[in-house]
Amino acid sequence: MIAVASREIRDGDVVFVGMRLPILAYAVARNAHAPNARGLFEVGLMRDQPASAFLGTMGDPPNVTGAVWATRMSNAMALMVQGCVDLGFIGGAEVDRFGNLNTSYVGDPDRPKVKLPGSGGGADIAILSRRWVTLMSHEKRRLVDRVSFVTSPGYGGGSPGWRKRNGLLGGGPDAIITTLGVLRFPEGGGEAMLESFHPGHALGEVLDNTGWDLSVSAAVKETSAPTDAELEAIRRFDPEGFWTRS
Amino acid sequence: MANAIERFVPDGSTVALGVALEPLIPFAAGHEIIRQGLGDLNLVGPISDSLFDQLIGAGCVRRVTAAWVGNVSEGLGHCYRRACEQAIPRALEVRDHSNFSISLALWAAAWSVPYLPTRTLLGSDIPRTNPDLAVVGDLVHVNAVRPDVAIVHVQRADEEGRAHAWGPLGVSEEAGLAADRVIVSCEELVEAEVTLSDPNRILFPETKVVAVVHEPGGAHPSPVQGYFKRDHAIYRDYAERSRSRDGFEAWLREWVLDLADRATYLQRIDVQSLRIKEHRPSAQADFGFE
Repeated sequence: MIAVASREIRDGDVVFVGMRLPILAYAVARNAHAPNARGLFEVGLMRDQPASAFLGTMGDPPNVTGAVWATRMSNAMALMVQGCVDLGFIGGAEVDRFGNLNTSYVGDPDRPKVKLPGSGGGADIAILSRRWVTLMSHEKRRLVDRVSFVTSPGYGGGSPGWRKRNGLLGGGPDAIITTLGVLRFPEGGGEAMLESFHPGHALGEVLDNTGWDLSVSAAVKETSAPTDAELEAIRRFDPEGFWTRS
Repeated sequence: MANAIERFVPDGSTVALGVALEPLIPFAAGHEIIRQGLGDLNLVGPISDSLFDQLIGAGCVRRVTAAWVGNVSEGLGHCYRRACEQAIPRALEVRDHSNFSISLALWAAAWSVPYLPTRTLLGSDIPRTNPDLAVVGDLVHVNAVRPDVAIVHVQRADEEGRAHAWGPLGVSEEAGLAADRVIVSCEELVEAEVTLSDPNRILFPETKVVAVVHEPGGAHPSPVQGYFKRDHAIYRDYAERSRSRDGFEAWLREWVLDLADRATYLQRIDVQSLRIKEHRPSAQADFGFE
């Protein structure tokens, strides 16, 4: 999942790197195919190279040493509002067919069945970055038909132009990258469609573990396996498997 | 620390904590708040890595105004969940924000305006559940949030309250400016000539600072650039033990209630292994004038 996520980063992108797994995806991309990608971290940092030691959080000391900018959070947000962030990464608890994320409440917000941690910077990234992807464990309870609470909006109700009508500046989600495959959104938004399933997993397994009747791309294929460079980078930046052990 | 909390953080206060996000979290101050049994607090902060969860579990909190409450490297905040889902140990009012909107709420208070408009949170359900956020046309109005007190941990400070912090600052500056008063805890208590040699690095006006506490290791297990690494294992241990209410209560006794102060706490951890040993001082800035 990390290797696949890292491929979403294009060389030269400014990437808004959310907490947890995305930190590793940035390091892998920068080390493999995107040597000119910069990472912007909401804690108040910009980097042009991965940290030289393991990171448990974006605020760990190795992420600060060698930063190209250490600043306040509102300055990082200013760049994103200006459209200077090419790609955002967001983790999540629940995502629906239109790419809306819920990281707030399962059940009635007044009497929640589960209280999730909240937005963090997730809503900001979903609304303001030019494009974004989310990383998710592929389970039926996580990939749901419609989320009950939209923390971070994707394409809302899925009708064309929903984001523009509601004043959202950024372009919206490009893909949902899961432990089983890649779900891609059409140009201009709408409903996610299965683009590929990861090696070792079958198409049926993906469909069975998705909470809605998932459309499958006519060109669906197996995800390309991680390259040597990607694996080498994952081992280097997560030597003890803190983020990548299952 | 006990004195500063007793004098400047009464029951019912609105308290900003963890305003530099993952680094520099004033855990020593938070644990002292728990030991003194303060109640009805309104906690304000962006992501509050585990400290809000501990204060909520200890029953000190009536309301939380935050973008995220949990454990950054481990995930969910178990005490936060129990409070929201089952009112254990007490019911909790939640005012959800995003990181951007909590920053704006503090800037609004700092600038003495009732709200600031923003482009974020459009299309999100967060404004529906938080009365401090209103969608007005294609903008969201974020109401000011004014802390009674902001508590920060920094690398060094002098006795007059001039605090030097470096590394990413999160929402520290707006939290300090918005707050009625600021409590500073520091790794090193230094002479004024040190802080005044670099006035750009002073985080707040000294007029805001009501107490300076020399509290080395006061941010553990969060990191302090140039001083301490993050203690990932402690966050993992806390996540596992706080999963059940009984486990949390045992953790709380062991790490907070049965300890007199931070010095006693530090005897329980391997401080040497966490200390940063390879130093990288910045180049000096020249403040000469003639």
